[in-house]
Amino acid sequence: MNLLDLVIAAPLAGFFLTLALPKSNASLIKTFTLIYSIAVFAGSLLLVGTALDRPSAMTWVTDTPWISTPAIRYHVGMDGVSVWLVLLSTFLTPLSILLSWKYIDHRVKEFFAFLLLLEFGLVGVFVSLDLFLFYVFWEICLVPMYFLIGIWGHDRRIYAAVKFFLYTMAGSVLMLAAILYLYNKSGTFDYPAMLTMMQTGKLSLTHLEETLLFLAFFFAFAIKVPLFPLHTWLPDAHVEAPTAGSVMLAAVMLKMGTYGILRFCLPMFPNSSKENANWIIILAIVGIIYGALVAMVQPNMKKLVAYSSVSHLGFVVLGLFSGNQWGLDGAVYQMLNHGISTGALFMLVGFLYERQHSLEIKDYGGVATPAPQLSTVFLVTTLASIGMPMLNNFIGEYLVLQGAAMINIWWAVFAATGVILSACYMLWLYQRTFFGETPESVRHHMHDLGGREWACILPLVALMIWMGVYAQSFLPSIGASNKTILDRTTMTTRAEVANNGR
Amino acid sequence: MDAKLLPPTADMLRFLPETILTIAGTLLLLLEGFKKDEDSRTVISTLTAIAIALAMYGTVVAYGNPGLAFSGMIISDGFAAFFRLVVLAVGLLTVLSSTAYLEREKSSTGEFYVLLLFSLAGQCLMAAANELIMVFIGLEVSSIASYILAGYLRDDKRGNESALKYFLLGSFATAFLLYGVAWVYGMTGSTNLLVIRAALEAGVPSMTMVGAAAGLMLVGFAFKISAAPFQVWAPDVYQGAPAPVSGFLSAGPKAVAFAVMIRVFQTGFEAIAPRWEPVLWMMALATMTIGNFAAMWQNNIKRMLGYSSIAHAGYVLVAVTAHSTTGTAAAMFYLAAYGLMNYGAFAIVTYVAGRGEEHVTLDHFKGLSQRQPAVAALLTVFLLSLLGVPLTAGFFGKFYIFKAAIDSHMVWLTALGLLNSAVAAYYYLRVLVVMYMHESESTAHAPEIPGGLKITMWLTAAATVVLGVFPGLVLDFATKFAALNK
Repeated sequence: MNLLDLVIAAPLAGFFLTLALPKSNASLIKTFTLIYSIAVFAGSLLLVGTALDRPSAMTWVTDTPWISTPAIRYHVGMDGVSVWLVLLSTFLTPLSILLSWKYIDHRVKEFFAFLLLLEFGLVGVFVSLDLFLFYVFWEICLVPMYFLIGIWGHDRRIYAAVKFFLYTMAGSVLMLAAILYLYNKSGTFDYPAMLTMMQTGKLSLTHLEETLLFLAFFFAFAIKVPLFPLHTWLPDAHVEAPTAGSVMLAAVMLKMGTYGILRFCLPMFPNSSKENANWIIILAIVGIIYGALVAMVQPNMKKLVAYSSVSHLGFVVLGLFSGNQWGLDGAVYQMLNHGISTGALFMLVGFLYERQHSLEIKDYGGVATPAPQLSTVFLVTTLASIGMPMLNNFIGEYLVLQGAAMINIWWAVFAATGVILSACYMLWLYQRTFFGETPESVRHHMHDLGGREWACILPLVALMIWMGVYAQSFLPSIGASNKTILDRTTMTTRAEVANNGR
Repeated sequence: MDAKLLPPTADMLRFLPETILTIAGTLLLLLEGFKKDEDSRTVISTLTAIAIALAMYGTVVAYGNPGLAFSGMIISDGFAAFFRLVVLAVGLLTVLSSTAYLEREKSSTGEFYVLLLFSLAGQCLMAAANELIMVFIGLEVSSIASYILAGYLRDDKRGNESALKYFLLGSFATAFLLYGVAWVYGMTGSTNLLVIRAALEAGVPSMTMVGAAAGLMLVGFAFKISAAPFQVWAPDVYQGAPAPVSGFLSAGPKAVAFAVMIRVFQTGFEAIAPRWEPVLWMMALATMTIGNFAAMWQNNIKRMLGYSSIAHAGYVLVAVTAHSTTGTAAAMFYLAAYGLMNYGAFAIVTYVAGRGEEHVTLDHFKGLSQRQPAVAALLTVFLLSLLGVPLTAGFFGKFYIFKAAIDSHMVWLTALGLLNSAVAAYYYLRVLVVMYMHESESTAHAPEIPGGLKITMWLTAAATVVLGVFPGLVLDFATKFAALNK
């Protein structure tokens, strides 16, 4: 039992503790969950130091048997990539709780309890080193998010919640089949053990097997990312979800898919990853451009931000399948960046909604006059989102484009149009919302950011600047972990070639 | 053979659970005739619970004396003990949840419990039968009692329809089974499974004949487990029968019918396994698919659970088709898990349905989370388990079934089965949607939950979660005794 186990288990305990609190005392529930989640975040901060000392290997490892037949182990650990994603989850949970302070006025207890349950699932996904355990956490994440969308969402919330659940479920059952197949071949669910067996040749897959297994995993992850054309659940889920739900969904849950590709698809199926890279990259680029174009014509702010996510996540997938250090580093950095900046965008849209009770862009205008602080923060976030230098997304997008250019310059060229388009739709959104005539209703409802709202958004803005100015805090550890993954893929390929030669 | 007044003690011990149940049933039947006052109801239900508990103890004793009894007609092994315990546990849950139910429906008579005990005796006999005639007797004892239980509310039209349908189709199916037994006897000269196996291993006289015999018996079993294409009765019966009885029928008799089927096919017909495996493969796929797709359109919860029970029978058939120790263990685990979670779901339906079972459509579950947060949360646990979300018994059971299928190289059946379970998510989610995401329509004050029903709900929910996190508690036992014919 080390600190990481505590960080995993604490949100689950918090979920039950919150359920045990009296239903009538809403402020107690909010205060408790806030303090509790801040404590979890503080605990996860203590993990960073050790994880950064040796980012290329797993730290904070716990490996004990859980179920004897079939041999399933509770095997967790974190490297230079997962540490940041764990931190992202534990960091955004208290912010989401603070964000929902006033917005959630009915069934308060369940809402905050579900946020903690979601945190439990998310942290678990990013640290699992046993395929069964990973699948367990992967599915657990579904349940709280389903309820968050379905209970506290907007008008079409039920449709969106069910669609979200079924899409993800359809993908993940195929992954389960693949996991079972791998167990049948290797006799273990333990991920590092399986990789070792693959490297030493104890576990060898035929070409067909590898392709099918890769596709089964990839399909599950691609739905979650979501990769064009599997993205249709995302706009629905985002638009209907309550603000905190959208933030957690965009900022962390989508990363489950890209993390899965990085952690499992690439190292386990290096050959298939290479063979299938072309069409996946093409889909990613189509997603980048398509997402941006659709975002541009959205009359609904949340839908706009949701489609911009499709576009941004296309960059991540592009980076992952570029198969070189730049691409991978950029992809991981972009996962974090997207979490910060899109999380912030959803938050700000939520602030606007709380004031005006509308998500339609046409209901706004000239917000900058009555709410200058809100406008300024929104501008910084917009600039971050469109990849302005010195802000976080620039670095990630640059690295991804560099990685893509290394394999095919045209991919970089097409993907780069996404950056330009993102400037179009975001600045146009900004212009229509914050500049121009101020309608009477806006003048009436729009007040500037309050203390609680500043507390929500300021940490994110600070991170945008930090990650944009001094990426050196983050990139070396990410790079080291990615290098391990890359080395593994090339080593396996070489072994394959050597075998063929013999 | 020397004549004896009584069979050897060891034989008696191996047959102890059935003996206890039969004696208790007979005595209670007499007691019911003598007592007329109202209090005797609780007395009888308490005595029934004690009898079942004693039978459980008897099962442990029988388990401690493994071996054949009564000239090889009965076998006491871990497999039999496992299923005896499963059906007895389901029986106990039925007693717990029926007392208040019968009170509510003003039909509280002792015969209900007596019939339950006889049905359990038949099921226990099936679990331990090593001989086709014993299988048939157990099946008939169990079924005839079940038919009456299904129509127990005699003024209830749906109940009568349910009982009649169950009886007519059930008798028809049993006739098929018996005809199959006759063919087998004609070919091998025995109804003993071990002798049949030896005879078939020595040489199959005529593949057509053996195939026809096995096919006839398969029809009988398929009916009892509600496998396609013999599943049509299940939704009607589960919808019409009293809710606690529906829970009982979907858990106990089904589990033990699977047990018999596994025993007969993996012992008696082991020699012709390559012939029946493809048939079961098709049957499993059809059963899952029909059950899941039909359940999607149901608005009546009992009917939906009826279709869902068909789908789950399909999953278990996947495990049977796997035809391996892992497969049998998976089927055993799943049947135990399914018994618990499905009975829990029916217990909640029993409670929510109210007098005359009028509140059984989805609309009546609207806003249940507001009116009755604990009940809604428990039903959520059962539905998530039926759906197969991790950390519940249902998930691990399904996981293990498909693991067994992969181990037996049935990749396609696994993929299709798992996709099926994704389809199933839709109709379980519908219930969650109405419970949590719709506002309550009724303002009526929710009646208090009767004690027995409350215990049933919490017990089954706790067991569902515990088995989901620590499946080894049951799985290790199942694995140990899954090798029937090795």
